[in-house]
Amino acid sequence: MPYIPHTPEEVREMLQSVGVANVEELFADIPRELRPASFDLPPGMTEMGVRDRLEALAAKNRIDFVSFLGAGFYDHYVPSAVDALASRGEFYTAYTPYQAEASQGTLQAIFEFQTAVCRLFGMDVANASVYDGGTAIYEALMMAVRQTKRATALICETVSPIYRTMLATFTEKLGLTLTTVPHADGLTDFTAFEAALDSRCAAVVVQNPNFFGAVQDYAALFAKAKSLGALSIASAYPVMASLLATPRSMGADICVAEGQSLGLPLSFGGPYLGVMTCTKELARQMPGRIVGRTADANGRTGYVLTLQAREQHIRRQKATSNICSNQALCALRVLIHLCLLGDEGLRRQALNSVEKAHYAAQRLTAIPGVRLLNDAPFANEFTVVLPGTALESCSNLMRWQYVPGFPLTRYYPGLENALVVCCTEKHRLSDIDTLADMIGALQ
Amino acid sequence: MRTVFEKSRAGREGVWQEKPAASASDFIPAGLLRGREANLPSLSELDVVRHFTRLSRLNFGVDANFYPLGSCTMKYNPKFTEVVANLPGFARLHPLAPQLCVAAKWCQGSLEVIYETERLLCEITGMDAFTLHPMAGAHGELTGALIIAAYHADRGNKKTKILCPDSAHGTNPASAAIAGFEVVSVASRDGIVDPEALAAALDDSVAAVMLTCPNTLGLFERHLPKIVDMIHDAGALLYYDGANLNAILGKMRPGDAGFDVMHVNLHKTFATPHGGGGPGSGPVGVSAALAPYLPISRVVKDEEGLYYLDYDYPKSIGYVAPLYGNFGVILKAYAYILRLGREGLIRVSEQAVLAANYLRVRLESCLDIPYNRICMHEFVASAEKSAQATGVRALDLAKALLDRGHHAPTIYFPLIVKEAVMIEPTETESKDTLDLFVEDLQRIAAQAEHAPEEVKAAPRAMPVGRLDETKAARDMVLTADLAPAR
Repeated sequence: MPYIPHTPEEVREMLQSVGVANVEELFADIPRELRPASFDLPPGMTEMGVRDRLEALAAKNRIDFVSFLGAGFYDHYVPSAVDALASRGEFYTAYTPYQAEASQGTLQAIFEFQTAVCRLFGMDVANASVYDGGTAIYEALMMAVRQTKRATALICETVSPIYRTMLATFTEKLGLTLTTVPHADGLTDFTAFEAALDSRCAAVVVQNPNFFGAVQDYAALFAKAKSLGALSIASAYPVMASLLATPRSMGADICVAEGQSLGLPLSFGGPYLGVMTCTKELARQMPGRIVGRTADANGRTGYVLTLQAREQHIRRQKATSNICSNQALCALRVLIHLCLLGDEGLRRQALNSVEKAHYAAQRLTAIPGVRLLNDAPFANEFTVVLPGTALESCSNLMRWQYVPGFPLTRYYPGLENALVVCCTEKHRLSDIDTLADMIGALQ
Repeated sequence: MRTVFEKSRAGREGVWQEKPAASASDFIPAGLLRGREANLPSLSELDVVRHFTRLSRLNFGVDANFYPLGSCTMKYNPKFTEVVANLPGFARLHPLAPQLCVAAKWCQGSLEVIYETERLLCEITGMDAFTLHPMAGAHGELTGALIIAAYHADRGNKKTKILCPDSAHGTNPASAAIAGFEVVSVASRDGIVDPEALAAALDDSVAAVMLTCPNTLGLFERHLPKIVDMIHDAGALLYYDGANLNAILGKMRPGDAGFDVMHVNLHKTFATPHGGGGPGSGPVGVSAALAPYLPISRVVKDEEGLYYLDYDYPKSIGYVAPLYGNFGVILKAYAYILRLGREGLIRVSEQAVLAANYLRVRLESCLDIPYNRICMHEFVASAEKSAQATGVRALDLAKALLDRGHHAPTIYFPLIVKEAVMIEPTETESKDTLDLFVEDLQRIAAQAEHAPEEVKAAPRAMPVGRLDETKAARDMVLTADLAPAR
């Protein structure tokens, strides 16, 4: 039997030691009436057979498109060394480092990950990651609720609608009132936001660059929030963080991000990781696993899981969060990716993406009837308004193996003609030219 | 070992890309750009490869060490599943692809994997429907608790409490609390749920009871048929924590036994790697009565055999994940289930249970085992006697095992056993490995009697000695840039 090493002789010896005649006796505690009505599974297959089957399934997915689809999940180049290192069995076949002395590799890597993401966002403290970028926003909101002991929060409509729909599921149960502040042409409406802010508010949540791609200055909003005792939560795009003003410099208390763009494949939605960073004043509100530096009796530096008094295995129903598993292997990939690129590599990756997006915007807006949704600065993603519906343009272009972007219709009624177009360093200028030619030909 | 930041040398070239022709301020006003660089390390590719290769060597992992970490199911992770998950057809697919019109056509492979995995899990567990969205066991528990809340709310039931046995995983009460329930702990008797204590706690306000079966002591809940009836008679639902599903494959299905909601830990029973703490995957299964409340989206198959995402479930609890769960992990579990098939999965449980009982019997001479009877896939010993006699505690035994090349069992859990040492060998460890573990533990137990200080001084063969956790919590040095707190 695959992966089960016991020979018939060994099974006999083991049964004898235990003092039972056969394996079935070991299951005598399961009452007869609980025995399965059926267990109708296919017979086992060889490794080759399963691989053939899975390769055939993989071939049913079409990945041969030139795609300008981003919307929070990005196709940036991943250096080969990321796969090579993260696939070392010493990393991926270990578990949560409960035995610190036998887990210094994982622990030091998490400590370095915490350091790297804090430096990227200008924050003091990070955890070892949570499930994804949406969960990170949810956990950040819960941090604010605990810290301020308030139960309302404001979130901008320009924050990813994919995350906002998910937040609604959780906040409703928790007695947290999460109010969405409407966008104005794809931008955060600061007047509306400040009008909605009051001293009952636990937090404000924004995203920069926002879901439409726009880059804005949140310093004034965050200052107003602070003056009313609310925390400021910013959701960031880590690759672009190498260029953009840090959330901390604008006054954010908590910065979260979907970490996928830093070295993880798109993989149909996961595994990804939620990056969570905050100021040191909020360290004790941080959920999940956190690694700290310490020493052994001989003064040798080492790393341990710390501040565990916040966690479910100690606090049970009074824990800061129910989270147990994190996305440690994904965090390791992010760290390796950041180390391989360094500041200069990451900045180049970001800037090459930005340059291509601006070229694309220029080409597209040269087409009669195509315009940008707003005139705000943008990084590598922007929203164009087409003369016809975005979904229709999308289906037309897909016939020629092009995905022009993400149509906003589904999440933003009234923006049926709007399309979010994303470029990364992987796009060729000729791909962008072809995209523009094809969209031009549609009109 | 020095941190990767200390190894940085300004100007050293890493994996850089083409030099951009423009500068950021050509596109974005200077006021919106960052003032200074993040100060990520500047390293050559070899610097990075060597740093992480060396870090990896400081770790124990299943590939190199026996890892009997109770409750965590640290079995062998087949290599071919990694290859399968990295196939470009899967790895390069954008998660929003199915949201474009006509585009479900380009995701048929991935959608079929999800659909088929759900069907296989239904057959394995006897549940009627599954969602693969939850990204870990605790996420599954939270999803399950939200489904339970929605079910009762839909019927106008005023239910405010969830009961958990005192032996439960800490995530059970934490997840129930986050879903808005009051959590009440039920005392065990003789290591299993006491029907009388349960009866006393069961009233109209109880929405559900969360059970782990076999429980965290590795014992099967023998009163289960009675318990199920009591709970259903009280108008409550029964939640199955699937952390220990690997003990009962083909022997019992939670759905047949009367459980209404459950989660499965794909990273335990179905051999996907634990990754140093994740990613995991915690699919949730429900009975037909609860299926309308499952999270959206759901994968359905039309008459022509095409798969698509369906969002039209008005009673759904909504989204618990932004996309479709940890798809890469789901792929590995799917490949594992296909590889083992029916007979293989039954053997998984049989051999896991046999291995646990073999270790239990072989270790009973050197360890105190409070509930020493036929166990399932794991058992819990106690170091209480040696802690009192010689001061050698469960923690000391754990550290001494590291010196002999074995990862330690889970210690100090479950909470209902003092000085708990929770051992789960799994089916993938050979008898030779189990025997070596027994001999080493016997030697440590002998040493604990005649030279307890030696055991308390362990570990000695690790890269560091016992680390000062109090100092870590007090100093709060959580990044390389934070100085110790005063």
